[in-house]
Amino acid sequence: MDEAAMLVKVDFSSLRRTRWNQYLTRFLFGGAVTVLAGLIAKRFGPGIGGLFLAFPAIFPASASLIQKHEMEKKRKVGQDGRKRGRVAAGIDAFGASMGCLALGAFAMTTWKLLPRIPTGVTLALATMTWAATAGTVWMVRKRLW
Amino acid sequence: MELLVRFLVGGTVVSFFAIVGDALKPKSLAGLLGAAPSVALATLSLNVLEKGRVYAAMEAESMVLGAIAFLVYACIVSSVLIRGKVPVLAATAFLLPVWVGAALGLRFLVHG
Repeated sequence: MDEAAMLVKVDFSSLRRTRWNQYLTRFLFGGAVTVLAGLIAKRFGPGIGGLFLAFPAIFPASASLIQKHEMEKKRKVGQDGRKRGRVAAGIDAFGASMGCLALGAFAMTTWKLLPRIPTGVTLALATMTWAATAGTVWMVRKRLW
Repeated sequence: MELLVRFLVGGTVVSFFAIVGDALKPKSLAGLLGAAPSVALATLSLNVLEKGRVYAAMEAESMVLGAIAFLVYACIVSSVLIRGKVPVLAATAFLLPVWVGAALGLRFLVHG
């Protein structure tokens, strides 16, 4: 567990590589999908609307950004980097697939607790469940592969 | 006004999780943030205020199926990007109907 924790880093230099229009794109996508989820729920009810709470909202934009960063790194050393960028985005998608288990845990916690305890407490517990599940799945995967 | 509030809250929460995901290394861990409950946190908070907790809980129940559909979508995208030669934006965007099909299919299977 300690070994896995040591591998985790926060790299703020990747934030500097992201341009303001890329942040804006994700803000717009996020806002648009939240509005869309609300409109779908209003039109078709919470059963269908709820599905869209797990819509891969900014996934295409984020994956493209990862590819772009990897390609820029390779270009600096005179290489093409397209394949490397694609593989990096593929690894990110694999990470997202593990994150889906945590997303499901968030949804189940909210579903079961929301009618019983205060909203703030429910969402805080659900977010902690999400983080704990995501971390556990990632560490198990790290040990096995 | 309600839609504007939804837009601003959704955009802010999604951006926050995206920035955290950008800063995290290794990539497989950062990818976990690609499936963060950002839209859900924004929407559920607003829906509890507007429509009550029972309504929001019904949405959360359906969200479990949406998360399974996301898992199917992300596995296919990952496989296509690592093994194929398809551009990233094309693969991720053109495969979005997989999520829609899986989510609605699961909903139909579970609830009829």
